[in-house]
Amino acid sequence: MFETYVIPGLIILLQTLVLLVALLVFTAFILYADRKVWAAVQSRRGPNVVGPWGLLQSFADLLKFVLKEPVVPDSSNKGIFLLAPFISATLALAAWAVIPLADGWAIASVNVGILYVFAISSLEVYGVIMAGWASNSKYPFLGALRSAAQMVSYEVSIGFVIVTVLLCVGSLNLSDIVLAQKDGIGTYVGLPNTFLDWHWLGLLPMFVIFFISALAETNRPPFDLVEAESELVAGHMIEYSSTPYMLFMLGEYIAILLMCALTTILFLGGWLPPFDFAPFTWLPGVFWFVLKLCMVFFMISMVKAFVPRYRYDQLMRLGWKVFLPISLFMVVATAAFLKLTGWA
Amino acid sequence: MITGLGAAFFYLFAFVAVASAFMVIAARNPVHSVLYLILTFFNAAALFLLTGAEFLSMILLVVYIGAVAVLFLFVVMMLDVDFASMKRGALEYAPIGAIVGVVLGAELVLVLAASAFDLGRPATTSLPMPDPAVRHNTAALGDILYTDYVFFFQIAGIVLLVAMIGAIVLTLRPQRPHVKRQNMAAQVARKPADAIEVVDVDTGKGI
Repeated sequence: MFETYVIPGLIILLQTLVLLVALLVFTAFILYADRKVWAAVQSRRGPNVVGPWGLLQSFADLLKFVLKEPVVPDSSNKGIFLLAPFISATLALAAWAVIPLADGWAIASVNVGILYVFAISSLEVYGVIMAGWASNSKYPFLGALRSAAQMVSYEVSIGFVIVTVLLCVGSLNLSDIVLAQKDGIGTYVGLPNTFLDWHWLGLLPMFVIFFISALAETNRPPFDLVEAESELVAGHMIEYSSTPYMLFMLGEYIAILLMCALTTILFLGGWLPPFDFAPFTWLPGVFWFVLKLCMVFFMISMVKAFVPRYRYDQLMRLGWKVFLPISLFMVVATAAFLKLTGWA
Repeated sequence: MITGLGAAFFYLFAFVAVASAFMVIAARNPVHSVLYLILTFFNAAALFLLTGAEFLSMILLVVYIGAVAVLFLFVVMMLDVDFASMKRGALEYAPIGAIVGVVLGAELVLVLAASAFDLGRPATTSLPMPDPAVRHNTAALGDILYTDYVFFFQIAGIVLLVAMIGAIVLTLRPQRPHVKRQNMAAQVARKPADAIEVVDVDTGKGI
């Protein structure tokens, strides 16, 4: 009893705690980085008061959020109103259980890892819908309406992108997907194992589609129509204050980081070093993973800084009339290519 | 038989599933009903996971909870029907409901009778499950759908396509000449040169 359940249970609990704390601290600095990048593009300074270079700004924000009074609107549906931010934050964190940070560094290395992440990220829409409905107010409801259509639409193209990657890999396990990128186009032409082997080169159109769909799926600008300030003030989050609001922000940023991690795993070789020889292999895999994740986040951050917001009908058109046909075609083309050349 | 921790989780998920399924029909607010329905789906997915059917479990999450239930929830939220008045006459349908329930229950008992009362016997002997260690169940399901029964699968796909085209035809309206619509091709093809003109204006004259 003790050795079969208690000790493994405690180990999992400890791993979860370590990942959770690391992830939350990382998110705090990512939030700071996001604001700094945004500020730099617009020739502002960004947060620079709390701590050296403003590094502790996110922690000051956290303290402020927690210490303020949460206001629950009188006519809202109180149970669901308070449940929504929890669902948003919990689901975003839950998906990290299967993400391999380095070789073997995943809390759960499950066979259907990629499907699990996909399933959890498709559930994240519930936080927004429940918040929008429970607030019992017009703007939040409109925000929820938009988000339901938007997230369901872009999941379709994300699904097809994942299918193409799976065709090339032949496994749904996230660690297998990374290991399958050890050799590819680069080694085929005779080079040693380098970053040219990763899927981003072979599946370049899908990489672009995945990146843009990830922006739409996480409601990032230019697709942040759910909380478009000029139209909906803050969408589903209008009625929220203090800690519940913070949970929404946290859930949003952790979902963004999850999409960065997924991009890294599917297309940028996960924990693999960019060149598989001496000085690069000295560094541990987790360093490369986090570095790639930060680079993807930098791209997402830059997009926020200089791309204007899409109009809603353009967003829907992009999802259904551009990405869906292209990704559907690419699935068939990739399958045919693999079958004809005998790579699969 | 599931024993130990697996059994504890089975009872947890099964209890929550049954309780929330009951709440689907018992809740007064229809939106709460749908949320309970989603909780039931979620627990069903967890039960699939316990039996080792990982792929089915994840597909249940993606398809039913992630897509179908979202739309369902939305329709219920948008409708804003006065369900109190609708429920007033519901008792008239009780006999029909009872008959349907009894028939369904009897059928379930007939199908499961062999295994339900004899836990030692496997439920399906005609279709043996491949060993999960050799061929995990995503691949095993793929074998059945795309190799053994590929034509039936294709036919099912065509039936769905026909249904989809039918829905599109039903909602298709003839283009009315006086309604202005967005012309996306023209909007996308527009260049700065077409829209912006630099004019040298003399002071005090205007354009």
